[in-house]
Amino acid sequence: MADEPKLQNETAAMEAPVIEPGHTFASVTDKISAIVLTRPTPRFWYVGFGVAFILVMLLFYAIAALLTIGVGLFGIMIPVAWGFDIVNFVWWIGIGHAGTLISAILLLMRQKWRQSINRFAEAMTLFAVACAGLFPLLHLGRPWYFYWLFPYPSTMGIQPQFRSPLVWDVFAVSTYFTVSLLFWYLGLIPDLATLRDRARKRFARFAYGMLAMGWRGSAVHWHRYEMAYLLLAGLATPLVVSVHTVVSFDFAVALVPGWHSTIFPPYFVAGAIYSGFAMVLTLAIPLRKVYGLEDFITLRHLKNMAEVLLATGLIVAYGYLMEGFMAWYSGNLYERAMMVNRMFGPYGYMFWALIAFNVLIPQALWVPRVRTNIPALFAIAICVNVGMWLERYVIVVVSLSRDFMPSAWGRYSATVWDYAVFVGSIGLFLALMFIFVRLLPMISIFEMRGLVQEEKQG
Amino acid sequence: MNNPPLYGMMAEFASPEALVAAAGRAHSEGYRRMDAYSPFPVEGLAEAIGFHKNRLPLIVLIGGILGCAGGFYLQYWASAIDYPLNIGGRPLNSWPSFIPVTFELTILLAALSAVLGLLALNGLPMPYHPVFNVERFELATRNRFFLCIEARDPKFDREATRRFMEGMNPQGVYDVEP
Repeated sequence: MADEPKLQNETAAMEAPVIEPGHTFASVTDKISAIVLTRPTPRFWYVGFGVAFILVMLLFYAIAALLTIGVGLFGIMIPVAWGFDIVNFVWWIGIGHAGTLISAILLLMRQKWRQSINRFAEAMTLFAVACAGLFPLLHLGRPWYFYWLFPYPSTMGIQPQFRSPLVWDVFAVSTYFTVSLLFWYLGLIPDLATLRDRARKRFARFAYGMLAMGWRGSAVHWHRYEMAYLLLAGLATPLVVSVHTVVSFDFAVALVPGWHSTIFPPYFVAGAIYSGFAMVLTLAIPLRKVYGLEDFITLRHLKNMAEVLLATGLIVAYGYLMEGFMAWYSGNLYERAMMVNRMFGPYGYMFWALIAFNVLIPQALWVPRVRTNIPALFAIAICVNVGMWLERYVIVVVSLSRDFMPSAWGRYSATVWDYAVFVGSIGLFLALMFIFVRLLPMISIFEMRGLVQEEKQG
Repeated sequence: MNNPPLYGMMAEFASPEALVAAAGRAHSEGYRRMDAYSPFPVEGLAEAIGFHKNRLPLIVLIGGILGCAGGFYLQYWASAIDYPLNIGGRPLNSWPSFIPVTFELTILLAALSAVLGLLALNGLPMPYHPVFNVERFELATRNRFFLCIEARDPKFDREATRRFMEGMNPQGVYDVEP
């Protein structure tokens, strides 16, 4: 960017602080709370929210059509009974992994750079999981019976099949959503109190006051608060790993070639972190620019995220390599046929696009100058987002389309309704994100004050 | 006395170090019923006002154990007692496949008890509290640090406590209306 010419090299980014010097407790408080309370809403917000809102309307329209007519609107058929819905579900759940990872794992590792990105990464997680949750429900056929998935005293006298990964998935995703929500809200309480005390409008004072629940920053409260936060981080860390593991069981427990593989859990978790960090970068880069938050989200943050992207990208690449190797080494006819079909079959172009987006292009991050070049980082992050979607498409659709008997093979193609729901879910995600940055502090104010204090003590 | 009763006496400080020092002095002076307020967690502040016991970890542990046992029992009861399905004579209590849900429910109940336990121990939500009557207290969520000695402290005396607080070089000392 034009305003950071001095920092355009690696050494400068290494030395770039996690918060620019000269900030005080008051200045970080005023700067972050002003975005919500006093500064005029930028035009970017109105345009962005407007577009997102139109897409949400598209989503509602598509859902209404789906509920009145049925899943026949989608491109799913036999053998490809899992189409866009499951691809989108896995894609969104994966994106939803970065927030908790940044909040919990980096907290336990005492990484100071997490503090200015954790809040909106957590919000992103929550909204991504909400979008993810839509898809299996819409895919049910009769979504209004979704509660049959839960064990409840049913008059039909039946129970869910607890030996099925699909039931595990219900518990994993709903637990993940609940814990992410708790984590996010807990982090927000002291900042809501700040907004309550800074707001000048009566309704804002009342609304933030109710949400802050009377938080007053008592030393004893803080003491318990820090303990609760640490415990939640400790609980969320294994949870985040378990969620995508359970999602991968949906595939790995089945017998379809291309799914039935023991490498799936670690490879899915790495892919989730990969896509999640890509999405954090995709959101952080425009947000820091529009709201002038370069002091808080510095080049150091972007560089660190680029490094996480590179590392997890290599794990994902190893996963692709091992899938190919195992197909060959197993000597299994069907596994080999799956791999040949994946690379050179009717959907081969998707596989090669996926390799280009997920494996080849991100290798540019080895070059230090690319890691601190903001437009390049943004472009790579978008590529990874696309690549991870393609990966799920290749796993779900391509594997199902040709399994064991050629007589049972088929070709899947998505319908306009599939695209409407998919694009609509992106709109829902963005709309929720826009509402979030308008109404709540997108950077944790109290943690930034703590960071100012730490920097002062050296 | 023509003065109305007070909730306590509050002193304002400009830095966390000054607040920790003041809280330590008040504690060694013999004051026990007091609280310190800061815009972010300050290390050593809770200890300085004499708070040591934190029961939250125990609550979370109990929540986790309940989630674990309850989660397993839920699946055992559903699969082996309430709705047994004999599939090729495989055992009804197929515990390895019950582990994922047991794990998720352990985390869920532990996390819920962490947040609800925190709120309960802190006495939140509490829409009204006397400290908010001090006008300057709105800075407690921005950049100022407050120490409040409560009137129910046996050693509290309006004049003496004010003199003691003013002796600690604060930014100001305020009466807190109840």
